[in-house]
Amino acid sequence: MTTPAPPDLLYSETEDDLRAAVRSLLTDHGGPTAALAEAERARPHDPGLWRSLATGMGTAGLLVPERLGGQGATAREAAVVLEELGRSVAAVPYLTSAVLAVRTLLGCDTARPEVAGPLAALADGGRVGALAVPLPTAPGGAPPVTVRGGAGLSGEITSVAGAAGADVLLVPADSGLYAVDTTAPGVAVTPVTPLDLTRPLARVTLTGATAILLAEPARARDAVADALLTGAGLLASEQLGLAEWCLAETVRYTGGRHQFGRPVGSFQAVKHRLAALWLDVVSARATARNAADALATGSPDTAVAVAVAQAHCGEVAVRAAQECVQLHGGIGMTWEHPAHLYLKRAKSDQIALGTPGRHREALARLVNLPGPVG
Amino acid sequence: MDADALRRRVADLLAAHDPATTDRLDFLRARFDAGLAWIHFPEGLGGLGAPRALQQVVDQALEAAGAPDNAPRRIGIGLGMAAPTLLRHGTDAQRRRFLRPLWTGEEVWCQLFSEPGAGSDLAALATRATRDGDGDGKGAGWIVDGQKVWTSQAHLARWGILLARTDPDLPKHRGITYFVCDMTDPGVDVRPLRQITGEAEFNEVFLTGVRIPDTHRLGEVGEGWQVARTTLMNERVAIGGARVPRESGMIRLVADTWRRRPELRTHDLHQRLLRLWVDAEAARLTAERLGRRLALGHPGPEGSGMKLAFARLNQEISGLEVELLAEDGLGYDDWTLTRPELVDFTGRDAGYRYLRAKGNSIEGGTSEVLLNIIAERVLGLPPEPRTDKDAAWKDLPR
Repeated sequence: MTTPAPPDLLYSETEDDLRAAVRSLLTDHGGPTAALAEAERARPHDPGLWRSLATGMGTAGLLVPERLGGQGATAREAAVVLEELGRSVAAVPYLTSAVLAVRTLLGCDTARPEVAGPLAALADGGRVGALAVPLPTAPGGAPPVTVRGGAGLSGEITSVAGAAGADVLLVPADSGLYAVDTTAPGVAVTPVTPLDLTRPLARVTLTGATAILLAEPARARDAVADALLTGAGLLASEQLGLAEWCLAETVRYTGGRHQFGRPVGSFQAVKHRLAALWLDVVSARATARNAADALATGSPDTAVAVAVAQAHCGEVAVRAAQECVQLHGGIGMTWEHPAHLYLKRAKSDQIALGTPGRHREALARLVNLPGPVG
Repeated sequence: MDADALRRRVADLLAAHDPATTDRLDFLRARFDAGLAWIHFPEGLGGLGAPRALQQVVDQALEAAGAPDNAPRRIGIGLGMAAPTLLRHGTDAQRRRFLRPLWTGEEVWCQLFSEPGAGSDLAALATRATRDGDGDGKGAGWIVDGQKVWTSQAHLARWGILLARTDPDLPKHRGITYFVCDMTDPGVDVRPLRQITGEAEFNEVFLTGVRIPDTHRLGEVGEGWQVARTTLMNERVAIGGARVPRESGMIRLVADTWRRRPELRTHDLHQRLLRLWVDAEAARLTAERLGRRLALGHPGPEGSGMKLAFARLNQEISGLEVELLAEDGLGYDDWTLTRPELVDFTGRDAGYRYLRAKGNSIEGGTSEVLLNIIAERVLGLPPEPRTDKDAAWKDLPR
């Protein structure tokens, strides 16, 4: 077993500054309370918040080189943004547009105007994109191609995250990867009611839709695979931020809530659960940082780092959200308290971009621990 | 004192004492006297008052020259616990008497803290030290009576750091005094304590009329708990520093067996192995992060957490290993009573690892106590109500 070069698992000063700015924006915007109000509105995301975050602060273009209209940062900075978005369960299409769609386009030939144009538009936050694959698709396993090319695209893709609210869809088809304008004829984006109220899901139906070819099949496959790997690796940071909020909020609540004449948080049974959860969060931070650093440096260890982070952080976030609901008692079961938004996001994130079980299966191959034969 | 100056001092030491021809102990003494033992200690006490981070410059240069080391794992209690406590709370005379032979390993140290009735609740200890006022020609001192337990290396030790109760009328934390105990005193009786592994790694120590001169008291009378905190804090700092390779320790052993013996594989074991592999990698990365933070001068609370994590991991992995080995897991390598100087997890078989790992969540602070520490000191949760804090020790139920 070879050990990779030492990763940088800490946060740089630039990353700390970026975090402070994003957190301040999200706090000013109302944090989880605003996310709760937003969840009641029948719109895919919060356009004001997205404008401030994506365009105002320039975070939509973090992964895009400056010459292509972006900020020229790395996955490490994008990970910090996602930590804060997880902490606030904000309803913005960062993961789906600024990570998945952007990385897909970066995997195509960016010298072609058909690619560079939409990429620059996504990077400045002026337009929103989505990669049209089912959200549970794990990196490594290519998504089943359900769309046929030709004069126009035809087919159906289910459970596409961020499609509702997107301006452009990146559609893998049998004849390559295509860009489809959501307002074009033959394109139907039908929202489905999602478990996670803060990340819209839709069914995309194409009937001879006009499309622009972005990449031939082989390159398309690689571009999508890379986007899914990046997305899965960075999703771990969203899960980390989410788990941190659940822990901090539960500590705050149990420290102040009295029952049997003492703070609930002074009972050893409660303390031990929260201390164990703290340990989970601390280790989730190490694995999420490791994945972000591997993606940022293009480390040969990236596939292992992402699989470890996803196998670990998906479980930690769900446990944190479940503990948050349980230890809040009755209030945790109410619609008024935002805990349910975190539970719904955590459970949905656990399935997104590969379940922990799928990532463990990937590890079995990557680190040579094969299962029994037959 | 910078790295270059340190390298020059190492070169001077090597020139005057060629490791190839110098007796091991003579070399170690010379190294101590040159201030190259622990460079952050004061001059004259094995150090140069230099930044601790530069120690590796010295260690690497000496290792490259083939110089002997002081077998740090064998004398870990002295180096890790007694030395920092002597440095912080000892008198000049005590430091000069004890530190040099401690560092060279000529004198092994043990820790006489835990008692049968005082484990996690260490401050409840009952070993008594009473004043021996008139003296016996050796000057004023103390007479100690009691029993200690779980004492590693007591059978090899020349000295022990000892906590004893000097005032039972005070609340339990305030009536304790800290001493250095001469393990060759005729009142000291060390008996092996056999464990579930069959070996006797620890001892019971019976103290009967042990005379300790007042010059071997460390800190003020009644201030022993404060002194002990220095010792205990240093016990848990032992993490960080060296990089740990991926898939090392116990997970490597079970992964190797898995790869070597496909006939043992089942789907259930595969799922559990992969989960533990991920947990082990997560713990490794967490330790790596902690090590970096420590190196940058940001000691984090993760240290207590790492002990918890590794205890759980070692227990689960070794349990899986015995199960994976199936028929072979039913055997055990050797029940003969032995007295190992060090715990060697990888040198014995799976059954030994399974049994010995059970101690990981008990020794050096139980997992339950560590969880309380994290909850209260890291997360800031309110303490449990306590009834023993202000009552006199003699009035506490035992």
